[in-house]
Amino acid sequence: MTQTVGPTSEPEAESATAQKDNATAGALGTGTSDVRTLLTRNLRTSGIYIAFVVVVALFAILTGGTSLSPGNITNIVLQYSYILILAIGMVIVIIAGHIDLSVGSVVAVTGATSAVIVIRHDQPWWVGVLAALAVGLAIGAWHGFWVAYVGIPAFIVTLAGMLLFRGLTLQILDNISLSPFTPEYGKIASGFSNGLLGGNGFDAFTLLIFGVAVVVYAVSQFRTRQARVRYNQPVPSFPLFVAQIVVVAAVVMAFAYQLATARGLPYVLVILAVLILVYGVVTKRTVFGRQVYAIGGNLAAATLSGVKVKVVNFWIFVNMGFLAAVAGVVFSSRSNGAQPGAGNSFELDAIAAAFIGGAAVTGGVGTVVGAMVGGLLVGVMSNGMQLMGVDQSIQSMVKGLVLLLAVAFDVYNKRRAGSGR
Amino acid sequence: MSDPILEMRSITKTFPGVKALQDVTLSVERGEVHAICGENGAGKSTLMKVLSGVYPAGDYEGEIVFEGQVVSFGGIRDSEHAGIVIIHQELALVPYLSIAENIFLGSEKRGKFGLIDWNLANAEAGKLLRSVGLDENPTTPVGQLGVGKQQLVEIAKALSKDVKLLILDEPTAALNDTDSAHLLGLIRGLRDQGITSIIISHKLNEIDAIADHTTIIRDGQTVETLDMADESVTVDRIIRGMVGRALDSYYPERESHPGEEVMRVEGWTVKHPTQDRMVVDHASFDVRAGEVVGIAGLMGAGRTELAMSIFGRSYGTFVEGRLFMHGKEVKARNVAEAIDAGIAYATEDRKKYGLNLIDDIARNNSAAALDKLSTRGFVDANEETKAAEEGRRSMNIKAPTVKSIVGKLSGGNQQKVVLSKWLLTDPDVLILDEPTRGIDVGAKYEIYTIINKLVASGKAVVVISSELPELLGICDRVYTLSAGRITGQLPVAEADQERLMTLMTQEKELVG
Repeated sequence: MTQTVGPTSEPEAESATAQKDNATAGALGTGTSDVRTLLTRNLRTSGIYIAFVVVVALFAILTGGTSLSPGNITNIVLQYSYILILAIGMVIVIIAGHIDLSVGSVVAVTGATSAVIVIRHDQPWWVGVLAALAVGLAIGAWHGFWVAYVGIPAFIVTLAGMLLFRGLTLQILDNISLSPFTPEYGKIASGFSNGLLGGNGFDAFTLLIFGVAVVVYAVSQFRTRQARVRYNQPVPSFPLFVAQIVVVAAVVMAFAYQLATARGLPYVLVILAVLILVYGVVTKRTVFGRQVYAIGGNLAAATLSGVKVKVVNFWIFVNMGFLAAVAGVVFSSRSNGAQPGAGNSFELDAIAAAFIGGAAVTGGVGTVVGAMVGGLLVGVMSNGMQLMGVDQSIQSMVKGLVLLLAVAFDVYNKRRAGSGR
Repeated sequence: MSDPILEMRSITKTFPGVKALQDVTLSVERGEVHAICGENGAGKSTLMKVLSGVYPAGDYEGEIVFEGQVVSFGGIRDSEHAGIVIIHQELALVPYLSIAENIFLGSEKRGKFGLIDWNLANAEAGKLLRSVGLDENPTTPVGQLGVGKQQLVEIAKALSKDVKLLILDEPTAALNDTDSAHLLGLIRGLRDQGITSIIISHKLNEIDAIADHTTIIRDGQTVETLDMADESVTVDRIIRGMVGRALDSYYPERESHPGEEVMRVEGWTVKHPTQDRMVVDHASFDVRAGEVVGIAGLMGAGRTELAMSIFGRSYGTFVEGRLFMHGKEVKARNVAEAIDAGIAYATEDRKKYGLNLIDDIARNNSAAALDKLSTRGFVDANEETKAAEEGRRSMNIKAPTVKSIVGKLSGGNQQKVVLSKWLLTDPDVLILDEPTRGIDVGAKYEIYTIINKLVASGKAVVVISSELPELLGICDRVYTLSAGRITGQLPVAEADQERLMTLMTQEKELVG
């Protein structure tokens, strides 16, 4: 009797546990996602990261490692910081379905304002910076007024602004360059924190700052994950999560080590990091950011959902003016003066960064981080080609093709998604 | 003596999942005015698109015989070549081009070296304009003309193509009474010159006045063709043919317990955004807590315009009218104020106006209620997801996760996202504009069930629908709207499709 009971009851018990396992597996299956689904689901956004890694590796090989040398990495940061600052504002403008062609001229006019005040009128450096930011905000409000409240397409308004503020720069500077700035002003773009904590051949302070940043990043990621788990949201499996943190930490610390062995932590990198952080949060986590995406995604639906479209559009341009002024300060500091032709075609680099970074021409799509990677991709490419001594003309052609391919990829993706319906 | 210029035999046209036309037969006599009537979505426009080659031969079943010959049009150029010209409800004129340029667009008068001979073109255009009774210079840009005159330019354009059969789709829908009367007179004049016309119209008085025969289409099938010379054929007779459908859909049961008045609209009047006419004309209605109120009206009656105008003046130019919520007057001057006042409006075109198709369910769901899900300007992403999960559960939205992209959902599920989105704003009144358009029967039933749950919880619901059985199936009361005016109000117990249709087509007496 017991023998007959045994075999029958065992499978029952087994199937019960199997069911339970299935249930947990099912819950986990919906609760976690593996590397492949993460990649394929986000091909549009992950594509840019893959491309960036490929480009970095390619130029590291082509230049025999020079492109990754401490001095060169520092150089890239200094050289492209103002484009990246512009790209932060530009990607927001583009997400909302607009464009801003004037930022190059705004960089020039804000830099010139600052130069006139600091150099010609012998004011302290911070007066120049504040004046430049005020001018940038005013220009942003001017553009925002015409776009949001009069209803003129941003293309036209900012094309006019491009001419207007280039002309104003020439007026302010009397058509000649102004230089040099005071050493304090120059430090904004060319200053480093070096030797604060000493170090053997490298700046320990830089490593410390980056170390703290990595820890903060890991903790905040972990807390976000915990919160998502609490709300029964899908999260990456724990090993994958740890792997992601480790990879990011390794890359960041390697970058930090290279900076530390060169000249230390550039102040401009701190400015840039703060801006990326702040605007990353603004676009992802605030009501304002959400409304920007809504306007670009479907203007009519946003209007009928109670979004005050005019107000949002206005502030988008005010913000762009502000960031253009920040870029203007950084650029004038780096070039140690103001030139009538400063910032020429910066708008195109910023626009290219946003689009290469995954922003959609039709609006509603794009991220600040994507635009940063897009901008860095162009930066690493240009820098690599310069190191290799590639002719300026070829560089320009390569950049043009990369932009075209990036947007073609976007259009192709969208069509594929559309036919998938 | 029967001498048909056109015979359409057993036309069947299928769209994925829907039979738009089934065995439709239409016979039009030479030199007559033939009217086609039917409810919204009955298949009138589809039939005309088959005839004019918009849906090319091979895309449908059945045959078309024109002037005694079986024809198969590959496109609109073929049908125009044969002498069939269709004038669509939305005029196809280029506003910045002159009258003459528009008339000869695509068939330009060529002179020497293949260049356009503008003197000839303008002279010819002038002749055509005189024949349609339009006293305008052929060089005037079309955009400077009113809609009525633009309609005449379209007809002149048709005449320039040596038209034998003229199809007019809702020609008077956007016209005022004087222009309508002029147009109808012109169609009569063309008939006397031997030009056959097919006219699609919701205005049954006009059909009664002008048509020789009327073919009625219902649910994609021909019902009957009436001889308008017959004394017994009246507007009522046409209406009976149009609505004679059984209440075959299934509606969930609901007990009705209307409570306090929630929203009242008085004398609401709205002007068209660009034209000088009132789209909504002194409309008044009210809705109570726990009540479903229907608004019935044909295309162009101003239903959507009325709803959108109430919802924060989102349509046209507000002229006058008062809006009361819970007996207190409110001024909802923009959408945000309307939402604050407790009004929600789910649009008739969810893809175009309701949803951000490239974004996910959670973010669409929260789009109108971000202030509820945020503190000091920061969105609480976890609360947002939680709200979306609740919406997904209570609405039974079929999607893998709330991070699914809305554009990839089916129509029924998209509509549920829209409903969930508006419920999140915790409104007192929900105005649902065509809530079941383009979604399948099962999903319709689910939407009705959701509506029932809403009113059971004390909300007030206004449903705008083209489907009369739907209104009769789910509403407590139905208002009828015609040419922007409320023409009647019936408790559903006293309403049937014929009575509603009679009120929906009631209009001012024809001028002239």
